[in-house]
Amino acid sequence: MITRRAFLAAAGAAAAAPTALQATPQAVSEAIRALTGGAPAPRGRVKLEVPELIENGNSVVLGVAVESPMTAADHVKAIHVFAPLNPLPNMISVYLGPRAGRARFTTRVRVADSQTLMALAQLSDGSFWSDEVAVVVTLAACTEELK
Amino acid sequence: MARAIVKVPARARRGEIIELRAIVGHVMETGFRHTEKGALVPRDIIRQMVCRYNGIEIFRADFHPAVAANPLVVFNTIATESGRIEFTWTGDNGFAASESAPIAVE
Repeated sequence: MITRRAFLAAAGAAAAAPTALQATPQAVSEAIRALTGGAPAPRGRVKLEVPELIENGNSVVLGVAVESPMTAADHVKAIHVFAPLNPLPNMISVYLGPRAGRARFTTRVRVADSQTLMALAQLSDGSFWSDEVAVVVTLAACTEELK
Repeated sequence: MARAIVKVPARARRGEIIELRAIVGHVMETGFRHTEKGALVPRDIIRQMVCRYNGIEIFRADFHPAVAANPLVVFNTIATESGRIEFTWTGDNGFAASESAPIAVE
């Protein structure tokens, strides 16, 4: 026989079970390894610009700037942004070249939960550089219920 | 055709770094949301944006569901010659949009 107390405990556990979809740490590191081929991606040269306190995760201004002369011999080929606790770790990837003049872009993204966002830049010499910013989100995006 | 707005400077000096802005109307449905009845809302996003300067690709972006609705992208390029800068977007369910603007380089 199920007591009222046992029922409530079970119901509470079911309600507390994670319902939000999240990428796993493995998915994030696999996504990064697929790009870098296992090469190191130290912090530096990349600046990830995103507010540290996000009130509404549905539209967050996010910019990435990379220190680079952007010449034919030395330029940024691609910039990738990752959100480890979004349902999918990849947020956006941009591909540019010496004609960009400046290695930077700005966009608006969704952030599902408080987490550490990461930007990864791939340079023409084959090296990778990264930056991380820990953000706090009060209203999560991506998985909310439709009204 | 989706509504798209691009901002390209009308005039620039040769060699000057100019800023390009492009926004396109799109819900960017993530594919992770449910209705009140529990049905999954299917994913419907723009997958890619490409920018061409007189036909030559200068910038490309791959979008994932984490890109907010009505995707905005701001980036730079070097003004090399007069002509047109064209932006095209392609996505799920055969989505396609394009917009272009002229530029005069002195």
